[in-house]
Amino acid sequence: MDISDYTDRFGLLAVGLVAFLAILMALYGLAELASRRDRSRAVAFVFLAPAVLFLLVGLVYPAVRTVIMSFFSGDGSEFVGLDNYAWAVSDPDALQILVNTALWIVIVPLLSTALGLLYAVLIDGRRGERVFKALVFLPMGISFVGAAIIWKFVYQYDASGDQIGLLNQLLVWLGADPVNWLTESPWNNFLLMVVLIWIEVGFATVVLSAALKGVPNEIVEAARIDGASPAEIFWNVTVPSIRSAIVVVAVTVFIATLKLFDIVRAMTGGHYDTDVLAHNMVEQAFRLNNDGRGATMAVLLFLLVVPVVIYQVRNMRRQELEAR
Amino acid sequence: MSKTRRISCLAAAAGAIALAATACGAPEDEDSSRGEVPEEAQDCANYDFGSFDGETVTILGSIRDQEADEMMAAWAFFEECTGVNIDYEGTGEFEADMAVRVDGGNAPDIALFPQPGLMSNFKDSLVPASEEVTALATEGWTEDWLNYGTIDGQLYAAPNSSNAKSFIWYSPTFFSENGYEVPKTWDELMTLSDTIADSGITPWCAGFESGGATGWPGTDWIEDIVLREGTDVYDQWVSHEIPFNDPQIVEAIEKAGTVLTNEDYVFNGTDTIASTPFQEAGHPILDGSCAFYRMASFYGAMWPEGTNVAEDGDVFAFQFPETNEGDKTMLVGGEFVAAFSDSEATEATRQYLASEVYHNARLQTGPWSTAHQGVDPNNATTPINVLATQILTDPSVTVRFDGSDLMPGEVGASSFWTGIIEWVSGDKDAQQMADDIEASWP
Amino acid sequence: MSTDAQAPEKPARIGETRGERLRRVLSSRAASVAALIIAILWTIPTFGLFISSFRPEDDIRESGWWTFFTDPSFTLDTYNYVLYSDSQGGGLIRNLINTIVITIPGVLIPVAFAAMAAYALSWIDFKGRNLLYISIFALQVVPLQMALIPLLSFFSTGLHIGSVPITPEWNLDGVNTIVQVWIAHSIFGLPLAIFLLHNFMRELPSDVMEAARIDGASHSQIFRKVVLPLVTPALASIGIFQFLWVWNDFLVGRTFAPGEATRPLTAVLGDMAGTWGFGWTRLPAAAFIAIIVPLVVFLLLQRYFVRGLLAGSVKG
Repeated sequence: MDISDYTDRFGLLAVGLVAFLAILMALYGLAELASRRDRSRAVAFVFLAPAVLFLLVGLVYPAVRTVIMSFFSGDGSEFVGLDNYAWAVSDPDALQILVNTALWIVIVPLLSTALGLLYAVLIDGRRGERVFKALVFLPMGISFVGAAIIWKFVYQYDASGDQIGLLNQLLVWLGADPVNWLTESPWNNFLLMVVLIWIEVGFATVVLSAALKGVPNEIVEAARIDGASPAEIFWNVTVPSIRSAIVVVAVTVFIATLKLFDIVRAMTGGHYDTDVLAHNMVEQAFRLNNDGRGATMAVLLFLLVVPVVIYQVRNMRRQELEAR
Repeated sequence: MSKTRRISCLAAAAGAIALAATACGAPEDEDSSRGEVPEEAQDCANYDFGSFDGETVTILGSIRDQEADEMMAAWAFFEECTGVNIDYEGTGEFEADMAVRVDGGNAPDIALFPQPGLMSNFKDSLVPASEEVTALATEGWTEDWLNYGTIDGQLYAAPNSSNAKSFIWYSPTFFSENGYEVPKTWDELMTLSDTIADSGITPWCAGFESGGATGWPGTDWIEDIVLREGTDVYDQWVSHEIPFNDPQIVEAIEKAGTVLTNEDYVFNGTDTIASTPFQEAGHPILDGSCAFYRMASFYGAMWPEGTNVAEDGDVFAFQFPETNEGDKTMLVGGEFVAAFSDSEATEATRQYLASEVYHNARLQTGPWSTAHQGVDPNNATTPINVLATQILTDPSVTVRFDGSDLMPGEVGASSFWTGIIEWVSGDKDAQQMADDIEASWP
Repeated sequence: MSTDAQAPEKPARIGETRGERLRRVLSSRAASVAALIIAILWTIPTFGLFISSFRPEDDIRESGWWTFFTDPSFTLDTYNYVLYSDSQGGGLIRNLINTIVITIPGVLIPVAFAAMAAYALSWIDFKGRNLLYISIFALQVVPLQMALIPLLSFFSTGLHIGSVPITPEWNLDGVNTIVQVWIAHSIFGLPLAIFLLHNFMRELPSDVMEAARIDGASHSQIFRKVVLPLVTPALASIGIFQFLWVWNDFLVGRTFAPGEATRPLTAVLGDMAGTWGFGWTRLPAAAFIAIIVPLVVFLLLQRYFVRGLLAGSVKG
């Protein structure tokens, strides 16, 4: 590396940061002006403008474009109505994708949250809690690409000789024959899910563990005095008190699972019946050159999140009623 | 937490890594197969493409790492003499990156397409070959090759590298010890396989695992056999004039099956083919565990360090035998140099990449093979590349491009791969496999 | 809420019989063992990568990383190669710098803009506020991949209606294309940041706001003097979230800053294996370089991460 490689990049960084600061100051000045004249709407406009502008260009416009594309043929030249959707719900390969996705979005959020909660309860108040938490938290900092490399050393299969994959080595030590994990449908789907669960449990643990500490001790003591068993206390007192934390974890993991693409791409490429919506969307749009089907897959992705959005709207209404 | 502290943590972590590794000094290059740009190509008098000081030409390709170094070394003097600055980017996600960038209006100036089929998807954005490039291409390559760079009768791209795919790797030492001869026909190959099998050694190694592209080495197997049934059948098959489940094709698959689904022939058993990485699948030849491994000429770079890859060495390759007497065929792969920009610097770069000077220089900067008529095959840096370049530049050899790269993506990069895997794993027979692939043809 | 205080051993409860005490200790043992098993299971894969990264390449190819303990072999060559090689695939040090240059604004910009938007959405009254908030929440699910092409063409060809240009093309080249990456990351990070910050800000006590308003403070003053100090933990945790996301990003960097010179670390990771994937044995070392920085940052700032996230969710 030349010295100019450093100056170029850090110079750009400095210029960028100064420019950003200038923009922030300008916005703040505008807001101040509007505030002085007591124009709430103008202030709101200034505060929202940068975010809304970014989102319009970068997400709203692409979303609209995607929906429109899903009604057109693969090369975008011909209006085909609902043909792509018909394909998505009738083609055996596409159906396989939908089934896999359904498995993913049920199993991964459920297991991640449950394991996270279990682990949080297990380590709560234990000596060395921080270390325990850090160990499980660690995978969250690892990229999907990195995770795929890590798990290659777990699932790798070698037909002869020494195993490189830990799981197969365990089988060999136990006297069994090694298994080619990633090609064994439908089990390979679960093995891929394990990777995502491995990443997400840490997130669930930290959030839920902190939430547990927020449960007032008096309530738990009161229940104990009333003669409730530990299990009863857990289900009837603890879980309800951290309900909203559980929901946030589950929703966040749910959305991450739906958008999952990298793990499948890196580990099986969607072969051996492991394809999921987000991966197939990319496959169709970028590799098979079928924009229509790719867009359709994306729209199906949207639709799957609608229930979550509705839930969120209800939640908000409820809170507003309570606030009144 | 202040931002400054966060940043300083970052810097500290990065610094720690940097220090730890700097201590060891810069890595050294010990590879003997690497060479120099020949002297005549170092002379600026050979680069009369014009002067383009400070102009940048971006190139995107799937070639990475060491191979990319050697390629860049071959055009270093072009850059120096013309002032063009070539910004090369190698990507492992070539198809996806191309799709995004071309549709996003940010295409590279030049793309090295490993698949002619993929290139034709971008026809509307491509700049046709100029008169000069066409002249250079016609001079440098046989018609078979130019056809693959032509879309609707218009030449768009000249080839860059060329790989010879119809090769079977073997151990010359093992052969001479046992008095075996290199087989010239399919029947001889099968007879020899039987002989070896009878001696207690499984004759064939096979491995089709290749990450997300698992199965492709198997498609090459089928293509090799179909090609040797007749180039007409091959062309019709690839262009879908005959269906994928045509009896001739099913027959060819079954013929490949005499090796690939033959439990007595395949090292470690046929059920391991799908999961053995192709990069390492041929290595058992070295310790005499198997005798043959069908893989392209580039496999020469994948032997363990210290292996002598030569006609009288530890391993070498012979051409996939012909079925019909008198045929000389070769299954090939390679990249095509297509342009998305009509700038003069880009045009100059295209001309250079199609020229004899470049192909000669590249042949000598590292293991590589080319079909350019103007090079001397003996200049290649390794024996296997000498052999491959000899065959590729021989006008009497009929070449056909890897069929799976010409078929639509749904087949060539998807159902054909999975079909092969299901077939070698014994889940489907040849007929079922062909039927399923035919059904997936868009 | 603090997670760092070591919990003292619980004293024996008054009135506890010996049997009850035994049962409590036993179940606590079982819980310890279970926790230990989970912790080990979760660490082994990363540990394997760590060991592998120090093994010679031929050994990685031929035997499992656990053989390191019976037959140790150690080398720094792979690290040296992936960091400093001037070969096309090597030289991660440059990509590391790119990643740092990309990450800092890629975190600051969206967090700042999200804070402003979240304040407006939670404390300024205007028509359509809830609808706007819900729409932004829903934008979280727009798959990033579908936004690549439209956004890229916005940068490289500008916006057009018919043939009438609305915005110009940006015409950035070389290192400067990194600006596009900053903006792209900001856009993709905004919905989640706004969602989390909005949750957090709405929970702020309204009497504090009222008091400030009665004192004659304007919205911009309340935002700066009252709200920002109160939401600092949330800003930190969202910053960490965004940091992880930008650092670990694979697609955005390679799409918006094409060219060998500007690619971030994660984007080149997979390409390190060479044209035919034969060099996959370099990946452990390369991957470890890519994950060590976020891991260190993450572990150091873990506390803040939790504090911020939680305040937004616990009461929700």
